[in-house]
Amino acid sequence: MMKPRIILDSKHFEITVTRLCYQLIEVHNDFSETVIIGLQPRGTFLAYRIQKKLTEILNPSSVRAGKNIINCGSLDITFYRDDFRQKELIPNATEINFIIENKNVILVDDVLFTGRTIRAGLDAMLAFGRPKDVELLVLIDRRLSRHLPIQAKYIGKTIDSIASEKVKVEWKEIDGKDKVTLTNC
Amino acid sequence: MTKLSTKHLLGIKDITADDINLILSTAENFKEVINRPIKKVPSLRDITIANLFFENSTRTKLSFELAEKRLSADVVNFASSSSSVKKGETLIDTVNNILAMKVDMVVMRHPNPGAAVFLSKHVKAKIINAGDGAHEHPTQALLDAFSIREKLGSIKGKKIAIVGDILHSRVALSNIFCLQKLGAEVMVCGPTTLMPKYISSLGVKVEHNLQKALEWCDVANMLRIQLERQEIKFFPSLREYTMLFGLNKELLDSLPKKILVMHPGPINRGVEITSDVADCNQSIILEQVENGVAVRMAVLFLLAGRN
Repeated sequence: MMKPRIILDSKHFEITVTRLCYQLIEVHNDFSETVIIGLQPRGTFLAYRIQKKLTEILNPSSVRAGKNIINCGSLDITFYRDDFRQKELIPNATEINFIIENKNVILVDDVLFTGRTIRAGLDAMLAFGRPKDVELLVLIDRRLSRHLPIQAKYIGKTIDSIASEKVKVEWKEIDGKDKVTLTNC
Repeated sequence: MTKLSTKHLLGIKDITADDINLILSTAENFKEVINRPIKKVPSLRDITIANLFFENSTRTKLSFELAEKRLSADVVNFASSSSSVKKGETLIDTVNNILAMKVDMVVMRHPNPGAAVFLSKHVKAKIINAGDGAHEHPTQALLDAFSIREKLGSIKGKKIAIVGDILHSRVALSNIFCLQKLGAEVMVCGPTTLMPKYISSLGVKVEHNLQKALEWCDVANMLRIQLERQEIKFFPSLREYTMLFGLNKELLDSLPKKILVMHPGPINRGVEITSDVADCNQSIILEQVENGVAVRMAVLFLLAGRN
């Protein structure tokens, strides 16, 4: 087994997330018509991280008051997967406490690989209404591995990898540090 | 724990506490799904389910059918009253003929205890027991457990009294197994004639005084008096039963703490509980019905995922 290759260390991780936030602000201004939805289980960390960062940039006073001015939720896609009978899957919580009808939705996931998760995510999201516009944001885009015609609009880092390699995204919230590594297994 | 230890749901007795917890936690996700604007998910769109009801049912049948449809399964319904069973066809023949039409799962209610177990040994399909005689009614016990857990936070250490016709009740038996596996204390309360002889061997407390049972418990599950199964007289009159074992508002309000009141339905209003108790804010009877759909979705989803 090859030694894991570091794709993003914690410093670059932070820089990348900040850059993604500024890219979002360029398009969505004050986020009054935009909501963020993170895909369970691991896209939600990125979604909430972005929500926090955007609030810090756009309205630092509301951070101090402990309020979030940007709507952010989590979406579980287990019941919409096309492969649930091939492997056992445990559903996670869905929490969307806002209206997505006629809003701009930014779907957020950590890694874009085959595109199947995003396909299921789009289906799952439509159960909550008809958004005006949907965009995809991912931290890592494995661009050579797609099974479906799905592309992200905002990308943290694009990498070329083969199917047998594995991208591991670690989050401070549960893994103790922010890090992205590529391993060959 | 990501999958069930069983391929069929025949009774609570055969499944583990881990299985029950997995079903209940999956049901929480489905409860969120059925409160969405669009209540349907595509998980079982390649599955066909036959609902075989050899005995009358309103709630369970509707609840299973809704659960199946909200998972996008194809559903065929069968009621014995309008079928070839009347012409003398055996159970295995009936089911095999239905399976020849490529059905993946069978939900069955049958008046004979053990019918579901028998079927699971003879046909190639996943079987879900929707009540077999006086034996088990596993999904009812699961939805009762789900409802208690939702209201009280957990089941471990809670005291639950099951009141009424224990002898004829599959709900009582499944509830006892389920609640004990989850760590609750269970008491059964009813007239001596409606109490199975060896019930205490299941490790439950037996009480014949309703007042004492209610003072002891956190939750009272009031069972229906099964008028259709009283082929001989088990008590002198309904009026006497109501006076001794019926729950009324006066009795409920006289208790030192607020208990939850449950009922598996259909209610004989004015017999086992009065109307004002059934409709009061301590009663979670309609929540049980809502939770029933979510719990049945979880059972179908998890069993369909088993290869």
